[in-house]
Amino acid sequence: MRIYLDHNATTPPSDAVVQRMVAVLRDEFGNPSSVHHFGQRAKAIIDEARSAVAALIGADPGDVVFTGGGTEGDNLAIRGIAEALEPSGRKHLIATTIEHEAVLNTLKALARRGWKTTLLPVDESGIVSPDALRSAITDDTALVSVMHANNEIGTVQPIAELAAIARERRAVFHTDAVQSAGKIPIDVKALGVDLLSISAHKFYGPKGVGALWIRRGVRLQAPLTGGKQERSRRAGTENVAGIAGMGVAAREAIAKMGSEGTRLAALRDRLEDGILRNVTGTALNGVRSARVPNTTNISFDRTEAESLLIALDLEGVAVSTGSACSSGTLEPSHVLKAMGLPPHRTQNSLRFSLGAANTDADIDRVIAVMPGIVEKLRSLTRTPVRA
Amino acid sequence: MRIVVAMSGGVDSSVAAALLAEQGHDVIGLSMQLYAQNGGQFGSCCTLDDLNDARRVASTLGFPHYILNLEERFHETVISNFVHEYASGRTPLPCAHCNSDLKFSTLLERARGFGSESVATGHYARIEQSAEGRWRLKRSVDRDKDQSYFLFSLTQEQLASAVFPVGSLSKPAVRAEAHRLGLAVADKPDSQEICFVPDGDYAAFVASRTPDARAGAIVDDSGRTLATHEGVHRFTIGQRKGLGIATGMPLYVVKIDAESGDVTVGPRSALERSTLTASAVNWVSVDAPSTWLRVSAQIRHRHRAAAGRVRALDGHRAEFEFDDPQAAVTPGQAVVFYDEDVVVGGGWIE
Repeated sequence: MRIYLDHNATTPPSDAVVQRMVAVLRDEFGNPSSVHHFGQRAKAIIDEARSAVAALIGADPGDVVFTGGGTEGDNLAIRGIAEALEPSGRKHLIATTIEHEAVLNTLKALARRGWKTTLLPVDESGIVSPDALRSAITDDTALVSVMHANNEIGTVQPIAELAAIARERRAVFHTDAVQSAGKIPIDVKALGVDLLSISAHKFYGPKGVGALWIRRGVRLQAPLTGGKQERSRRAGTENVAGIAGMGVAAREAIAKMGSEGTRLAALRDRLEDGILRNVTGTALNGVRSARVPNTTNISFDRTEAESLLIALDLEGVAVSTGSACSSGTLEPSHVLKAMGLPPHRTQNSLRFSLGAANTDADIDRVIAVMPGIVEKLRSLTRTPVRA
Repeated sequence: MRIVVAMSGGVDSSVAAALLAEQGHDVIGLSMQLYAQNGGQFGSCCTLDDLNDARRVASTLGFPHYILNLEERFHETVISNFVHEYASGRTPLPCAHCNSDLKFSTLLERARGFGSESVATGHYARIEQSAEGRWRLKRSVDRDKDQSYFLFSLTQEQLASAVFPVGSLSKPAVRAEAHRLGLAVADKPDSQEICFVPDGDYAAFVASRTPDARAGAIVDDSGRTLATHEGVHRFTIGQRKGLGIATGMPLYVVKIDAESGDVTVGPRSALERSTLTASAVNWVSVDAPSTWLRVSAQIRHRHRAAAGRVRALDGHRAEFEFDDPQAAVTPGQAVVFYDEDVVVGGGWIE
């Protein structure tokens, strides 16, 4: 039996999602842009999914644009705003040091084209301070992008407060909510943001589908040119089955969020306490308050995270570290680095992210095998490890 | 039995892994990422494509495969030595260091952490255990592909943990196995260059890492300056090309003095030596011989081992006398002593 504890990487599509997608793929092949019967049926499927996704984030369906996933949504938001505001002379973009690569590398690309960029620091719990934004933002700031929940440590940012600061300076505010959607309640109006991106496969939907919510009235120049699909914000024939799957996943997430969140938080806390208590030389990265219920991140002294991850996989336990590089090897976490953790902790940390299939028995087993695996690796290491 | 296979993505280590898997072993493929993959520095071994090849082979054969980032360790154990040796006027042999200081050291440690007591590789060499329990290293049955020269520094403990599944096969037989098993790498060309210097320009590689590389003079055996040069790392003993001297007869590098920067050239006859000494000698098939022992000595990868006699000196050193003088005995290269196919021991030429 394998135990999957990497739900922040991706989640298994639910049975209802798979059934719906298969049915749509097989029976509803029409192009939603077509005028005839087949096109109308496909269009209706998308509309229904749009309502479901809108309900997940407290939005009006008409403001939800389906995308090819979280990365595409982030690109559409940031590049779209940058291009739309370029003539206004606002040439400054703000994000944080702990954003996902989808945001960080998009800012880097724009910086090469002459945009000024600022990355806000975080404190040791991984939280962005509103004061940092206040001092960084100027009248030249076009866009502020701050993630809702962090993928590595699960910390939830004070988005409403940050968005209010941006609004005062008339800067557009985007939040990457890929890791919070489906895990905690989201209300775009309460958050006060202008743009919010989510991804279906993080909440038991299919890969390759996401959505960007765009506040009505916010002008955005779509980088992808083509047909007029999604109100000219996302050209290209829609991924109808994927969108239908995302709709089902959104409905299920709304129905289960409260009870599942409570269940996962209890399992996560037990796993966290069990590891911290039973394995020597461990420490929690981040804080217990203000995080999504399914995530914990723990550092293991004198243990290469790379080896620990492999040893756990060979025991049937799937976890992850921060980000993997192109070859699949592991790099020190930029998130833990930004939190000011020393090198041995940025390199020797594991992320455990729980989800629907995890049980009490899974957690018991992980807590049971963990000390032995860590001690074995520590005892074998003769070549120097950053200690 | 669980066994880790070090997979480069080439045909040899792929077949090694496949043969072990076919024998019923619980194979785990590990590939080492050894230098930056994103700086445009793609070598002939273990590039992104090679790592993907290894992954595909593992997936075809149905065993797990992981990539370890050993860049830091590789730099400490192999690259820094390579640069230092060239800058000191010697000609390094990085593959031997990689074998004893990385593959059968760091990688072996990792393997033990994953429940494997040994590391298998695609090396062309054989390991046997003698009746008294001593581990012996032998040349591959494919004499042309033999890599025992690069493995002489493995200790008894390392040999006990090393497995060379293709050491008793010829290269054509290995390729035939790869075809039989349907491996995508069956016809992949052999790697040739030193992996971390993909363009083969060692001088530029060393110069970029030792900015103060010593310039000096090219002199003849009487000390007369014939030309100047930009650094001793640009030369190796026996080198004939690229000296920038026009004379009536061919001249070869016969001596490199890193202290003064002098590179001495002379006729081919001046290259010949009838003795050598070696340091950091590892005795494999015998205990350190205090009296002269008849063996043959191989002084570089493509050298036909020459007969002579060896004896151990204090401080893990050894001296060797050739029956017939040999050209280009090159400091920094390995001398490996053989008794027929059996590696007696070896060390670094002083």
